[in-house]
Amino acid sequence: MPLRVIVAEDAVLLREGLVGLLQRFGHETVAAVGDADALVEAVRKDPPDLVVTDVRMPPSNGDDGLRAAVDLREVHKGLPVLVLSQYVERSYAMRLLDSCGGAGVGYLLKERIGAVADFMAAVDRVAAGGAVVDPEVIHQLVRLRQDPLERLSGREKEVLSLMAQGHSNANLASQLFISEAAVNKHIGNIFNKLDLPVDTDGHRRVLAVLAFLRA
Amino acid sequence: MHPKTAWQAMAQRPLSFLTSSWPWRSLAYLAGGVVVGAAAVLVFATGLVAGLVLLVVLVGVAPLAGVVLSSMAVATVERYRLRLVDLDSLPNPHREPEAPGLRSWVATRLKEQVTWRELMFTLVSAAALWWLDLLVLCFSFGVPVLTFEAADGDTWPWAVFGAVVLLASPYTVTSWAGARAALARTFLAPRDEELGEELKEVRASQVRLLDSFDAERVRIERDLHDGAQQRLVSLGMTLGLMRLDVPEGSPLAERLTEAEGQLATAHKELRSLIRGLNPPVLADHGLVAAIQDYASRFPIPVTVDLQLPGRLPRQLETTMYYVINEAMTNIARHSGAAHAAVRGRYHSDLLVLDISDDGKGGVDPEAGSGLTGLADRLKALGGRMRVSSPAGGPTLLHVEVPCHFA
Repeated sequence: MPLRVIVAEDAVLLREGLVGLLQRFGHETVAAVGDADALVEAVRKDPPDLVVTDVRMPPSNGDDGLRAAVDLREVHKGLPVLVLSQYVERSYAMRLLDSCGGAGVGYLLKERIGAVADFMAAVDRVAAGGAVVDPEVIHQLVRLRQDPLERLSGREKEVLSLMAQGHSNANLASQLFISEAAVNKHIGNIFNKLDLPVDTDGHRRVLAVLAFLRA
Repeated sequence: MHPKTAWQAMAQRPLSFLTSSWPWRSLAYLAGGVVVGAAAVLVFATGLVAGLVLLVVLVGVAPLAGVVLSSMAVATVERYRLRLVDLDSLPNPHREPEAPGLRSWVATRLKEQVTWRELMFTLVSAAALWWLDLLVLCFSFGVPVLTFEAADGDTWPWAVFGAVVLLASPYTVTSWAGARAALARTFLAPRDEELGEELKEVRASQVRLLDSFDAERVRIERDLHDGAQQRLVSLGMTLGLMRLDVPEGSPLAERLTEAEGQLATAHKELRSLIRGLNPPVLADHGLVAAIQDYASRFPIPVTVDLQLPGRLPRQLETTMYYVINEAMTNIARHSGAAHAAVRGRYHSDLLVLDISDDGKGGVDPEAGSGLTGLADRLKALGGRMRVSSPAGGPTLLHVEVPCHFA
């Protein structure tokens, strides 16, 4: 389904590249802006289906893009935002995921754009209300994982970690060389062990990912 | 080592002392002391009398100014004379008057503490020092002369005594000269606060140097971020688009995979380079967040317990980040620890930081472990660092830096 997207990125080369890429996959770029203020203004004028934004941007060249994204999600409830960053920063990812219950957010390293198919899949997942977190962030978290997730088995942690990266069940099954039914069973166990409320499956997925990231 | 004072000279080997100029310098100093002392008494008395007379005519600060002026003259002469027995010259601690004109000059001088120390010195000098100078000289040279003159068959032991006194005179004279010089220095040397302006200046330049390092680091990081990194990302995007047009499994696709792999490595290296330069999260979210992020990437578990009332001043924040970073890098490389802890507290204008690990210890702070460089950085901010690391561990790094929240 074609999406209406606003792109915010201060590097012209990259901004044009992103616009071209989205176009190629049939999405419409409503606006392409170079700083956080322009992003807020563009969203206010014409709320899109998805915002793709850089973390570091003018005016202050700090994390203006990220802050704008978090604010926008407050104002426009649940506006899907995919944040691109040059750095793996857990605190950036957490800030973003904490906004509006963590539905419809993504945090990816910029270099992931190069894996075009995966990147476009992430775009679709975020726009559809999913959560996508960069494998690098997940990797760091997994390495030092202690505690609240202690209850999970090794395989369940693996499944959860892949889930946090935004993979679908089919994808998970092929990556772990197990059947989709087995994946479903693992996910069910994870939900139970993390005491997640019975809700729609999609929402529980996001909650599980959040529990994983917060732990 | 070349002696710089009379006392240091006396501590040399006797022969080199006796053949050096020091006994003569001391003699000259004491002889001069007698002359100056006598003159000081004269000037002082004159100043006092003149002041009292002027008091009748002019009223006001005139008598005080007279006394003070004469004591300043005595002190100035003493500072010059002091170089005879103390090679470190004494700087003049007097400030420039606030405004031109005699009135402001007198006002400035009367407000300075050093003026009153000079007055004290002049009083002590006039009342005792120059008499003692005279006494020492008389004893060292007068006594032998008298005993030699009076020497005959019965009193030869006295002559022997006189000879001993004369032989000891270089030491007697130099001892007193050294003591007198030490006393003069105590009174006439500038106090720290009188040197204050100068001291502050040096410190400021140290901080400026650190500042310029940090500014340079930020600049390089920005240049990499805006330049090389963006180009690499665009390159990745171009490769990604190419892949869409290349049939899977073809030789070209293999080459593409190779290129992508190299690109990923370049990204990774650039990222770690930039992180070492100027972590963006430090600038955006402060020390606590930056350290927590750092700890989450750390190869061994770290307990981070930093409690600060707010964002630290920028310079301090950067320094503390590098201190913790360097200390933890050392832990990862050398300590063999299974666990590390970073604890920070703010106690009434003092930031206290403890970085500890349960490793094998034996850190030698002198052995260029990178700790000395950190200690220098901390020192520029008026802080200090101490290490406890017995062989067998544990290691504790304790840092204290003055810190004022704006």
